[in-house]
Amino acid sequence: MHTFAELIIVFVILLDLALAVTGSLSSCIRLVALQGVVAGLLPLLAGSGAPHARAVVFALVIVTLKGAVFPRLLMRARDKSGARRDVEPLISYPASILLCLGAFIASSWLGSRLPLPQAGVAWIVPASLATIFTGFLLITTRSKAITQVLGYLVIENGIYIFGLALFVEQPLMVELAILLDVFVAVFVMGIAIFHISREFDHIDTAELSELNDWRRGEYGK
Amino acid sequence: MIAALMLLPLAAGILAFIIRNDKARRALLLWTAKGHFLLTALMVYLQAAYGIVFDLHAGFIPALYPRVSGAVWFAYDALGVLFLGITSLLFLGASHYAVTYLAAEKRDPGEDADDGFIFNNAPEAVFTGCLLLFLAAMTAVTASRHMGLLWASVEATTLLSAPLIYFHRHKRSLEATWKYLLICSVGIALALMGNLFLGAAGLKSGAGLDLAGLLSKAGALDKPLLKAAFLFLFVGYGTKMGLSPFHTWLPDAHSEAPAVVSALLSGALLNCAFLGILRVNSVCASAGLAAFTGGILILFGLFSILTAALFMLGQRDYKRLLAYSSIEHMGILALGIGLGGGAVFGAMLGALSHSLAKAGLFFTSGVVLAAEKTKRIADVRGLWRRAPRTAALWLAGFFLITGTPPSGIFLAKFIILREAVALKHYWLAGAYLGLLAILFAGMASVFISMTFGEHEAKPGEKPFAEPSGMLGPAAAFFACVILAGVFIPGWLNDLLAAAARDIGGKL
Repeated sequence: MHTFAELIIVFVILLDLALAVTGSLSSCIRLVALQGVVAGLLPLLAGSGAPHARAVVFALVIVTLKGAVFPRLLMRARDKSGARRDVEPLISYPASILLCLGAFIASSWLGSRLPLPQAGVAWIVPASLATIFTGFLLITTRSKAITQVLGYLVIENGIYIFGLALFVEQPLMVELAILLDVFVAVFVMGIAIFHISREFDHIDTAELSELNDWRRGEYGK
Repeated sequence: MIAALMLLPLAAGILAFIIRNDKARRALLLWTAKGHFLLTALMVYLQAAYGIVFDLHAGFIPALYPRVSGAVWFAYDALGVLFLGITSLLFLGASHYAVTYLAAEKRDPGEDADDGFIFNNAPEAVFTGCLLLFLAAMTAVTASRHMGLLWASVEATTLLSAPLIYFHRHKRSLEATWKYLLICSVGIALALMGNLFLGAAGLKSGAGLDLAGLLSKAGALDKPLLKAAFLFLFVGYGTKMGLSPFHTWLPDAHSEAPAVVSALLSGALLNCAFLGILRVNSVCASAGLAAFTGGILILFGLFSILTAALFMLGQRDYKRLLAYSSIEHMGILALGIGLGGGAVFGAMLGALSHSLAKAGLFFTSGVVLAAEKTKRIADVRGLWRRAPRTAALWLAGFFLITGTPPSGIFLAKFIILREAVALKHYWLAGAYLGLLAILFAGMASVFISMTFGEHEAKPGEKPFAEPSGMLGPAAAFFACVILAGVFIPGWLNDLLAAAARDIGGKL
C-alpha cells in the first residue's frame, strides 16, 4: 500500500523540474519549502500501520523547519538584500530543464545499477538522486547567493530522501544534530547574504571574483 | 571527563557572548584554553601511563536512543587523543596570541594597505565566542565514535569558523567566507551521503553507524556499498581537509582570515577533517579494502602536492603561500596513510609537527602583516632590519616547514619516503622527492627575499615594536617541532604508535 508514497515521489520529481524553470525568486523559495515538507512527511506515509512516536516528532520538526523557518529566513534575506526578483540564470531555462531531465534519466539508470537494498517505494532512489542533481544545477547555474543556499537545501532534501530509500536509521539525536546544523547553515548563510548585499550592493556571486592566484587587478600588480 | 572537555569551551563560548567587559572576556578565553589544555594533558597522561580510555555512554538520554544498549557516542582512542592533544595545544598558543592581537586591534582597527580602504572589525564578543565554540566543536569531532555524530560535529566546525574568517569586515574577507561556507557545506553534504551508504553497507549485518559496531562487523559489510561510502566520505571530508582538487576555498580563507584563525584552521581544523577520513579508512581496512582506499589516498595525496608546487611558484601573497603549503602537507599525510605500514607512523608525526610549525608560521605572518601592512611578497624586503626577532622566527619557520633537519617534519617526510621505497614504489618516491624539491626552492626564494635584502622605508613609517605576546607562542611551537625531530619522548612515541595502530598501520 505504497500508492500514496509513490504519488509523493512523483510530486518531488515534478518539483525538481519546476525549480529548474521557475524564474521568480520567491516562488523558488516556496517550491523548495514545499519539497522539504513533502519529503519530511514521506516516512509517515510510506510506513505501514501507525507510525512511531519518534517518527512523528521528527517529521514535525522537519516540517516546521523546512516549511516555516527556512522560507521565512530566506524571504527576509531576499527583502533585505533588495535584490532583483528573478533568479538570473547563467543558462537559459530550456537548457536548465533539459539538464534536469537528463539528470533524471541518468539517475534512473544509476538507480537500477546501484546494488542497493530493495526499496519498498518505486522510483525513490532515482527521485532522490535527481533532486541532488537539481540542487547542484541551482548552485552552479544561478548567479545569486540566495539561489546557492536554495541549491544547498535541495541537495539536503535529496539526501534525506536517499536516506529513507536506504532504510538507514540513525539515532534521533544524530538526526536532530544534522537538522540543527542545516538550520545554523541557513541562518549563517542568510547573515552572509545580508553582508554581501551591504558591501557589494548586489548578491551576484559571479562578481565575487577578487580572490585568485593570478590577479590582474590593482591588488596583484 | 569527556563531558567536561566539551562543556567547558561550550559554556565559556556562550558566556563570551554575554560578557561586556573586554578584559574579562580575554581572561575567560585564556583561562578556558588553559583549563582545556590541562584536562587534555591529564587525558594524554592517563592514556600513556595507564592505558585508560575514557568513554561517555549514551545512557544519559536512554528514551531517545532505545535501539542499542550501551553504544558509545563519545570516547577516546589513541588516535582521538592525539588529535585532541594537537587541537588543545594549538588553541592554548592561539589564545595567548589572540589576547595580544585583540588588544592591538582594539587600539587600531584596520586599514587595508593593499587596497587603501578603512574597515571595521566584527564585535570582539562574537569573535571570542565563536573561537571558544569552535574549540568545543573540534573537541566533539575528536571524541565522536559515531559516524553521524562525527559528521554533525565537522559541519558545526565549518559554521562556527565562518564568522571568524569574516573578522575584518571588508569585501575580500566576505568573499572568502562565502566560498568557505558554500564549498564546505556542499562538500560535507556529500559526506552525509557517504554516511548513508555506510549505513546501507551494514544494514544486513546490523552494524549501525557507530565505529565499534562497524569495526567488529567489518567483514560482513557489503563491499560495493562500502566502496561507494568511502568515495563519498573521502570527497566530503577531503573538501574540508583541503585535498586538491577540492581545495579551492582554502587559500582564500587562509589568506583573508586573521592570522590566529588561519593558524587554527590550518593546524587544527584540517586535522579534524582528516580524522573523518581516517575513521572510514580504518573501517575499510578491517573489511579488507586497504588496497582500494590506499590507491585513492596516494593518488589524491600526490595530486595535492603537485597542485601546491604549481601554485606556490609565482605566488604573490605570503599568506596564500602558507595556505598552499598546508595543502602540500595534507597531501603528504594522505600519501602516508595510503602507503600504510610504517608510513602511517610518519603521517601521524607529520600531522603533529605540521600543525605546530604551520601555526607558528601563521602567528609570525600576523606580526609581519602588522609590521609591513601588506601581504604582498614583493613589498616586504629586509624584514630583519625592521623586526629582527620576527625575521628570525620567519626564517626558522621556513626551515622547519620545508623539512630541513632537525625538524619533526623532516623525520615524517623521511619515514614516508622510506616506506615508499621499501614498497618498491620507485616512481612514486621519485615524484614525491622531486615535488618536495620544487616546493623547497619555491618557498626558499620567497622567505629569503623577504627576510634579507635592503629595507625600503615606506612613507610615514614608524618604528615597529615587536609584540612578545604574539611571537612567544610561535617560538614555543617551533621549539616543540625541533624537539619532535631530535628526541621523541617515550610516551609520545607510544601515543603516535598507538594512533597508527588505530588506523590500521603496522610497525
